[in-house]
Amino acid sequence: MRKSRSFGAFDWINGLIMILVVFFTLYPFLYLVAQSFSSEAAIYAGKVTIWPVEFTAKTYEVILSKPDFFRYYWNTIVYSVVGTFIAVAATAVMSYPLSKDKLRLNKFFIPFVLFTMYFGGGLIPNYLLIAKTLGMRDTIWAIVIPGAISAFNVILMKTFFAGLPSEVEEAARVDGLDVFGIFAKIVLPLSKPILATITLFVIVGLWNNWFGPSLYLQSKEKWPIALYLRQIIDNAVSPTEVGASSDQAAQIAASVKSTAMVLTSLPIICVYPFVQKYFVQGMMIGAVKG
Amino acid sequence: MEAADKPAPADALWKHVRKEWKLYSFLVVPVIYFLIFKYAPMLGNIIAFRKYRGGPNIFGTEWVGFAYFRMFLKDPSFWRAFFNDLTLNVSYLAVRFPLTLTFALLLNELRRVKWKKFVQTVSYLPHFISMVIVAGMVKEMVSLTGPINSFLAWMGFERIPFISLPEWFPAIYVASGIWQSLGWGTILYLAAMTAINTELYEVAKIDGANRFRLAWHVTIPGILPTIMVLLILDIGGILGSNFEKILLLYNPLTYETADVISTYVYRMGITGGNFSYATAVGLFEGVIGLILVTAANQLSKRTTKSGLW
Repeated sequence: MRKSRSFGAFDWINGLIMILVVFFTLYPFLYLVAQSFSSEAAIYAGKVTIWPVEFTAKTYEVILSKPDFFRYYWNTIVYSVVGTFIAVAATAVMSYPLSKDKLRLNKFFIPFVLFTMYFGGGLIPNYLLIAKTLGMRDTIWAIVIPGAISAFNVILMKTFFAGLPSEVEEAARVDGLDVFGIFAKIVLPLSKPILATITLFVIVGLWNNWFGPSLYLQSKEKWPIALYLRQIIDNAVSPTEVGASSDQAAQIAASVKSTAMVLTSLPIICVYPFVQKYFVQGMMIGAVKG
Repeated sequence: MEAADKPAPADALWKHVRKEWKLYSFLVVPVIYFLIFKYAPMLGNIIAFRKYRGGPNIFGTEWVGFAYFRMFLKDPSFWRAFFNDLTLNVSYLAVRFPLTLTFALLLNELRRVKWKKFVQTVSYLPHFISMVIVAGMVKEMVSLTGPINSFLAWMGFERIPFISLPEWFPAIYVASGIWQSLGWGTILYLAAMTAINTELYEVAKIDGANRFRLAWHVTIPGILPTIMVLLILDIGGILGSNFEKILLLYNPLTYETADVISTYVYRMGITGGNFSYATAVGLFEGVIGLILVTAANQLSKRTTKSGLW
């Protein structure tokens, strides 16, 4: 919109600031990667800054040769996939009627949903409900059900549905489709962008979730990778537990944290650039509603 | 409930529901879900007023009135957590708010679309990283052999065990928060900026406004409603520190500055099993948050005519 001006001093300074922001954002990642490929001696001497020092991939070999790591990873995948499916389906089903102005009871149901954005039961009542009353402790349901629908996601999707051209639904009705048919065959296919956005919001939340699992999953074999990672970071996992022989122990102890962090964040970092626009799009839809 | 305050009689409403029953049927399962997982825990707060000793009946055994509230209001640990919440959030807000706004304005000045997209993509990334990894990174960055201490040593200073010193916790909390949210925080501002009428810029330029004046007289007023909405949400969350991050970063050595209400509730309730006591503290926090959001919203509506509801 303002292309007439030339590239001046301000633009140079601004460019420099941006380079610094990019650098400081990426630096912790680079440091972790560097450390995970460095020797224990270099790490303990504080020699690692941005490149691997005395390159070694030993830690990766040890971690990746043990089935544990993959089991936790697999658990995470299961929780993420099942949880996302439930969450997206439930959010869509709830948002569709709420997007219809002609439903008079929405005057009640919309505030009913919105109120939960500003007030919640709090940690303890939620915990007691899920763990004790519902008996979901140590099951996948404690991970995938309680957070399935969020008021925020409902608002995003409702706003999107409300913006769909009503003529399309009208035409489908004339063709003899009922509400269920219109929803499944017309509305959902037209709503792929918002479905993608919500899917990604939910999947990231589930992928990164460690607190819920730490509350509800007692059996270690059910843990997601994030919770296992927490144990590693808190020094609660011995090198031999990760699979190191005694001569590898020192090396593993030095770089197991960074290696595990790299391996856990890798999928997000790899997929993220390609799906980033859906997140932004979701926030934009939310912003319109504000 | 709302049938009563409608002018139309109840059978008109009944007719309406019968006519639209297919659409309403979509709501059955989700509404039950909301009742169980959102509203039942709110009712569950009742154990703040009742003695609960464990067991499946989450509504407790006998009434104790405000006994638990009186108890925690006399507890210095509670007040420490309360003031830590305030300190951490106010300092975080004071740093983050101007920085995010400035960063959004600077991004808006970038000319080359590809470069702008690249900076945005990179700066949003930390938002998507698990808190476990963020906390792990923080610990690695500030560890005795980590890059910050190596830099200090190179400059000739002593190495500092940041993570176990209470006086450093607020700085760690704020800095890691900025690192994680600076980019993502600009999204709503940038969205609001694209909605500003470009003619306003043209007119201001004809009047001889330079870039800073354009930002000050056109961009900022244009995004003021967004600024206000975000500020309201922040004020409402002033007692809601980043619970997960603190839980992952603090330790008994730093409780003095790091323990906040939510972590205190966690330790009292989940770790300690004092469910009723912890619920009372949690309820107190929730109610204050609700009051703050409502008050901030009213204030915003009165002064800038924009608010959340």
